[in-house]
Amino acid sequence: MRETPLHDAHVRLGARMVDFGGWSMPVSYGSGILDEHRATRTAVGVFDVCHMGEVHFRGPRAAEALQRVITNDLGKLTDGRALYTVACLETGGIVDDLIVYRLSAEHYLVVVNAANREKDYAWFVEHARGDCEVVDASDQTGLIAFQGPAAQKALQTLTAVPLDKLSRFSLASDCQTAGLRTSIARTGYTGEDGFELFCAATDAPALWDRLVEAAAPLGGKPVGLGARDTLRLEARLPLYGQDLDETTTPLEAGLGWVVKLDGADFIGRLALRAQKTSGVNRKLAGFVMLGRGIARHDYPIESPDGAPLGTTTSGGPAPTLGKNIGLGYVPVAYDVAGTRIVVDCRGKRVEAEIVAGPFYKRQGERA
Amino acid sequence: MSAQYPDDLYYTKDHEWARLEDRDGQKLATIGVTRFAVEQLGDVTQVDLPKEGETVKQAEVFGSVESVKAVSDLFAPITGKVIKVNSPLGDSPEYVNEDPYDEGWMIQIAVSDPKELDGLMDAAAYQTFVREQGE
Repeated sequence: MRETPLHDAHVRLGARMVDFGGWSMPVSYGSGILDEHRATRTAVGVFDVCHMGEVHFRGPRAAEALQRVITNDLGKLTDGRALYTVACLETGGIVDDLIVYRLSAEHYLVVVNAANREKDYAWFVEHARGDCEVVDASDQTGLIAFQGPAAQKALQTLTAVPLDKLSRFSLASDCQTAGLRTSIARTGYTGEDGFELFCAATDAPALWDRLVEAAAPLGGKPVGLGARDTLRLEARLPLYGQDLDETTTPLEAGLGWVVKLDGADFIGRLALRAQKTSGVNRKLAGFVMLGRGIARHDYPIESPDGAPLGTTTSGGPAPTLGKNIGLGYVPVAYDVAGTRIVVDCRGKRVEAEIVAGPFYKRQGERA
Repeated sequence: MSAQYPDDLYYTKDHEWARLEDRDGQKLATIGVTRFAVEQLGDVTQVDLPKEGETVKQAEVFGSVESVKAVSDLFAPITGKVIKVNSPLGDSPEYVNEDPYDEGWMIQIAVSDPKELDGLMDAAAYQTFVREQGE
């Protein structure tokens, strides 16, 4: 099983380690998923995301090569800014969802999902067609997420970078944090304000220790994959492999906002334009369980009179809301707030209600 | 805080326990899950149990436990008719985490055949079994 540079730190902290797509990763650190979830919502959580992949596009034609494989408009990015996007097949099916950082006009950093590292890299190399250098730096790169309302205050104790000036989806590259060489991005996957810190893989253990120390006085702590999943689900952030895959398109997944059909050409544009014109048949809908039951991945969704509608893709408790929530694909006509559906929870039919938008929104965030 | 694996219980390979008692000549068994199970599950958020009067069969599913992360089946250590259900678990599933051998008990059954207990482990055997699982 693959290990991140922080594996020993997790073991030392008493984490329960599990196999996550071939990676030995911490589920939680002993205080439990609910406690770690709460710590991130009220203070700050420190997350090992070193397993994610980092691919660099470099060269005078890097933008051209990268644009070919992403649906969002790279042209609107300026130096030190990031965007969320997907990469698609010709069919419009999603290869992966990504964050792209523009380091310079000739250098882009793409962060990819751990499970897709090899697949994405091969896809990128194939479609770059030699127009630029494509380098998989995943094994040399550490990545630690620092997320929560106290993230800025805690991180500011370790760096001279004026964090209050670092806006959402911005990157301060090549700066010092705790005396280590880092790049600080104001991005994340929890629905909270927060940062993701890139460093050399060899510096990751030292950076991790300093971040955990900086978080502790404010009530922060290390947070495992268990709470990472409940946090992202509350914020309605999709997870590749569950909510997104090669059989789903960004238009179906509610990610139409990252598909710029009128900009530069990209792989999948024809299929997505056709789907946009004809309209999607199904949509990724959010739902709240009304009856007693917890939906999980791949449970059948039915209409109240028993007609099959689709399947759930994610589900579980929403600790901040005190409800059970989920996501799943349903026919477009059902993706209307207030519509009743039924989730077949292991043979038990449990009523649920479709809701629009994120289940949880942090205070001060615009609707 | 109760012991890790109390001596007076019978244990299954699926990490349930049974506590046997005699009441007016009738053998009763109280059933729950072990501390090892609880540590594996993490925070329990929902417990689904049979109703009073239903029959549970040894090694067959009698309910399920939902934790934050996943759902797990419960397997009956022994056959019998359910005479009592720990209904407070409906509102307070966290009792299973906090006190799996006492407040976190799940059902009590009237035992059909005490001989079935011969197939279960005692505390020492279960402890060895868990240690081997962990490796």
